[in-house]
Amino acid sequence: MSTKQALSAMTRREALLLAAGATIVAAGGVVLKSGTANADQKMVDEAVMKLIGDKKPAEGKITLELPQIAENGNTVPVGVSVDSPMTADNYVKTVHLFADGNPAPDVASLHFTPMSGKASAATRIRLAGTQNIVAVAEMSDGSVFRAQQEVKVTIGGCGG
Amino acid sequence: MAKGVKPRVRVPKKAAKGDVVEIKTLISHNMESGRRKGKDGKLIPRSIINKMEVTFNGKPVFTADWHPAISANPYMSFFAKVEESGEFAFKWTDDDGSIYEKTSKITVG
Repeated sequence: MSTKQALSAMTRREALLLAAGATIVAAGGVVLKSGTANADQKMVDEAVMKLIGDKKPAEGKITLELPQIAENGNTVPVGVSVDSPMTADNYVKTVHLFADGNPAPDVASLHFTPMSGKASAATRIRLAGTQNIVAVAEMSDGSVFRAQQEVKVTIGGCGG
Repeated sequence: MAKGVKPRVRVPKKAAKGDVVEIKTLISHNMESGRRKGKDGKLIPRSIINKMEVTFNGKPVFTADWHPAISANPYMSFFAKVEESGEFAFKWTDDDGSIYEKTSKITVG
């Protein structure tokens, strides 16, 4: 069967689907290409291990405040708070923030003291694309907590 | 050294003893990530503020380590429990070693 025959045998709908499919494949190729330079979940896990050792983080206690959809990846507001009485013998020592789709996973480490009164802080970060934000909290008693939330980013913000 | 760096902080003027007050800070800085390319196609070297330290009457309240993923003109808000009148001291450290400082007083009682 020649190409011409194949095309004529194809309905209009099939042709459109095929064209759409080709576009998706092309777009997918671009995403993969730019994705190779970025961090992934494994790199985040490694970065977490480097900072807290081989402790096993538990779920809970952390609240992440992030937009569901960020239109501009150059400046995405992020707030993090941890449930803790913040007394001299029971407080949150550090909250580490990571992004699993940025060129480097580290975002910030926030160190609190009992004088902080409450373990809550907010800043603005750069996100290269849609990805997960991970927060890891280290408590004064040595326990570790972890939380994660996805942000959809319309326009990435890492230059290059 | 980054040009035109200007720190701004907002601390309530008054608070009751034991209050937890919110402090907001903003500092103008490019926070060059080191991954952007200039007009000549070469990478612009990294130049960010990598540390912010806050003390109250000399005692540490809050410290943040920043990576290039922090947006330009970094904003940071956090809380502090105040038991006495005194002065908050803010200190930002640049990659090139420059230090930017600001202080702000609060009256308690």
